[in-house]
Amino acid sequence: MTKSVSNKTIDNVTIRFAGDSGDGMQLSGGRFTQTSAVVGNDLSTLPDFPAEIRAPAGSLAGVSSYQIHFSSQEIHTPGERPDVLVAMNPAALKVHLKDLIPGGTLIVNKNAFTKKNLSLAGYDSDPTEDDSLVDYYATHFIEMGKLVTLACEDIDIPSKMVDRTKNLCALGVLFWMYDRPLEPTIDWLNQKFKSKPDIIEANVRALNAGYNYGDTAEIFTTKYIVEKAKLPAGKYRNMNGTLASCLGILTAAEKSNLDITFAGYPITPASNILHTLSNWKKFGIKTYQAEDEIAGIGAALGASYGGSLGITASSGPGIALKTEFMGLAIMTELPLVIINVQRGGPSTGLPTKTEQSDLFQAVYGRNGEAPIPVLAPTTPGDCYHAAYEACRIAVKYMTPVMVLSDGYLVNGSEPWLIPNPDDLQSFNVDFAKEEDAEDFLPYKRNPETLARSWAIPGTKGLEHRIGGLEKQDITGNVNYDSDNHQKMVEIRDQKVANIANEIPPTEIFGESKGDVLILSWGSGHGASRAATESLLSENIKVGHASIKWISPLPGDLGTILKNYKKVLIPEVNTGQFRQIIRAEYLVDAIGLNEVQGKPLGASKIVEKVKDLMDG
Amino acid sequence: MADKPVLKKKDFESDQAVRWCPGCGDYAILAQTQKVFPEIITDKEKVVFVSGIGCSSRFPYYMNTYGFHTIHGRAPTVASGLKIANPDLSVWLVTGDGDGFSIGGNHMIHLLRRNINLNVMLFNNRIYGLTKGQYSPTSEQGKVTYSTPMGSLDYPFNPTKLALGAKGAFVAKTIDRDLKHLQSMIKRANDHRGTSFIEIYQNCNIFNDGAFSELTDKDIKSDRVVKVEHGEPMIFGAENNKGIYLDGTTPKVVTVGEEFSIDDILVHDETDAFIGDMLSNFTASDTFPEPLGVLYCVERPTYDDLMVDQMNEANKNTKGPKSVNDLLNAGDTWEVK
Repeated sequence: MTKSVSNKTIDNVTIRFAGDSGDGMQLSGGRFTQTSAVVGNDLSTLPDFPAEIRAPAGSLAGVSSYQIHFSSQEIHTPGERPDVLVAMNPAALKVHLKDLIPGGTLIVNKNAFTKKNLSLAGYDSDPTEDDSLVDYYATHFIEMGKLVTLACEDIDIPSKMVDRTKNLCALGVLFWMYDRPLEPTIDWLNQKFKSKPDIIEANVRALNAGYNYGDTAEIFTTKYIVEKAKLPAGKYRNMNGTLASCLGILTAAEKSNLDITFAGYPITPASNILHTLSNWKKFGIKTYQAEDEIAGIGAALGASYGGSLGITASSGPGIALKTEFMGLAIMTELPLVIINVQRGGPSTGLPTKTEQSDLFQAVYGRNGEAPIPVLAPTTPGDCYHAAYEACRIAVKYMTPVMVLSDGYLVNGSEPWLIPNPDDLQSFNVDFAKEEDAEDFLPYKRNPETLARSWAIPGTKGLEHRIGGLEKQDITGNVNYDSDNHQKMVEIRDQKVANIANEIPPTEIFGESKGDVLILSWGSGHGASRAATESLLSENIKVGHASIKWISPLPGDLGTILKNYKKVLIPEVNTGQFRQIIRAEYLVDAIGLNEVQGKPLGASKIVEKVKDLMDG
Repeated sequence: MADKPVLKKKDFESDQAVRWCPGCGDYAILAQTQKVFPEIITDKEKVVFVSGIGCSSRFPYYMNTYGFHTIHGRAPTVASGLKIANPDLSVWLVTGDGDGFSIGGNHMIHLLRRNINLNVMLFNNRIYGLTKGQYSPTSEQGKVTYSTPMGSLDYPFNPTKLALGAKGAFVAKTIDRDLKHLQSMIKRANDHRGTSFIEIYQNCNIFNDGAFSELTDKDIKSDRVVKVEHGEPMIFGAENNKGIYLDGTTPKVVTVGEEFSIDDILVHDETDAFIGDMLSNFTASDTFPEPLGVLYCVERPTYDDLMVDQMNEANKNTKGPKSVNDLLNAGDTWEVK
């Protein structure tokens, strides 16, 4: 007897895969994402994993998850509460069940609900055996362990390896539910385990076992269809913020013909930038794993002094260590790019969770009057443009530039319209030359940008000395004169202020005048844009401005702020950007602040705007 | 190749007034460097002096070459990055006992183990000069200073031993007052490919005057110093009749004449790690003389050469994406119409 299955078309779905760190949830999520990208959905993802590499198996601390929001419409966030929760063990259920929407779909690996695992998760009784779940959710308790064991019976690999394929089984079930092809995953498995045919076979069988289970089990009666999203025309791929940052750097190298030297020290969640670039030696990118954070930026600055573009990346605690070198880069006016992938702080804080709380550190966190341009990408894909711009501005203005991304952006992903590097702003490098020797003075400036020239060792006749002591205007000699210091402080300040000329006009989404302006910065973009769309659909007069350049701020921002009765600044900190805006423009901006280790949800912004309208 | 004009000492003198205290040992080191450089340098524009913070670290301002006065303790990091970016440069790192072994100790040991091809001139005056007289990590225990009125409690570092422990491949020691020896060590450092580490004893006549008087006082210095040279017996003393004798693995000072002949005296072998280590243990005392010279020197692949090799190797790889455009378009892609 064949069962009857109905097809239901829906706009968007949020799925959360959750399990033990060793259950392979990042992989399941990643493959679902890739497949959804290929079928043409818009999507946004949020991986979330513990700081411990392998917390005790089955423990609450060891739960790892991956959320994907996919849609036939344009979307901007990884979603808030999931419609579907996949819980591979009791601990995952315990941690994530509270987020599942009422009546949502709950898929559980029944075989993991052992006495030991239940007790590790703090369950007195098995929730899959009583009514505590079935009354509230559409539940599917699937014996995934058993399914994969049966499917792989005749493959000669250890039972432990078979058990590890459960994540593919879960993935198979979801592929059935959302009518997704298996081929991309099978191709990928063939690539990944090239020399291990038994492992490929086991995983493929597990994937099929899950898919077939959906197809045959009576309880699955509906397939959900999420159509292709109507995105702007062009060629797309799925892109995460780490890869985008690295591609931006490489594009800068190719367009400028500059050598790139990346020097850094491993730190979560920035290390993947070092890993990715280390594979690109054939493109001329040199990478250097330094002995510590300070050495990372020191080597990058040394490389810049030598005529390469020095780049370093870290996260808050590491950035704190690099601070003194940023001061030296400011004083010596050398190009340098510092990528800060923000995470929860202070101190070691929440290494694997996202936060926007290093804004003050980026803008103000140095001794002396030490302005640094700060640029914050807005989406995973935008990390590409931010990295490129940071490199370009660093060289054009002879200054360190900080890119302020975060854990959400570097680990998250979205469909990405592949850019054409030819469309980017040109990137010229003009080293001082031997012919210039006669008139050469180290701190003579380009009158337009105020940048000094880049005179690199090895150039005959330009021998000169630089350092951290105050410089005499033009000659660059050590100088402690009070008027000279005043002048140099002002020049360094003006030089950074001039970068405002590079910032394109601020785009307003929604109403260009009205009741409320939602002003986001960096990764706050997605939730703010989603909230604005939702509010506009209810005829509420809001606009959204998404700020990338934090320092200097866009020149038109002051005027924009005046066009609204209220300004709301949602950010994942206690109100740092709000303080900057209030100080800069004397605007009584209102904050929406949450620091819960994850990006803000759009619904909270919607709620807040409605409160403001009532207030 | 066209003949390059021969450089002179004054070609290496910058226009900046030298601002060390009158009588400071740094003057001698600067003068000897400027004097010896015309003999070892043909392309002045390829020379870069990199320093940290401290009295010694003002050195780059006085050399008419490229120079970078960086921040406290961090000169090795800048010098390393510079050398990675441009391996053709002749990089000279000037540091002190505080800069190099206190605040910058970590960078120093990593520089030595990596063996980046540059030269380190460590000015050791066993005191903090620029901050006006606190004890340093090479000050003797019990040193009374502003910050240690009852005497310092710290046991000092031995820089050459530390350098050897960090797998330094060229470790030498010299002193500001012995001009010829200082020059020869600078030359040797320049000739060596890899991190060449020279500890230079330097007198701070303001805060630690006479720290090395045993090694410089005419009356006693010949008994307190042994100049070690590769392939030569380790002979010293006012009458040139004392020598280092190895009794099993134990070094002893013996008199050449009756019981011991010159043939019994240990011959220095720079490439012998055991000898290097042994010499680094000697400090001027009644028991042993202080060794000056190249204690240890071996060839070991340099980090910068290895990196060039890796870059070339990677460049030969014709598989996979060839340009940023290939990389941008890699992976699963799809068209939206």
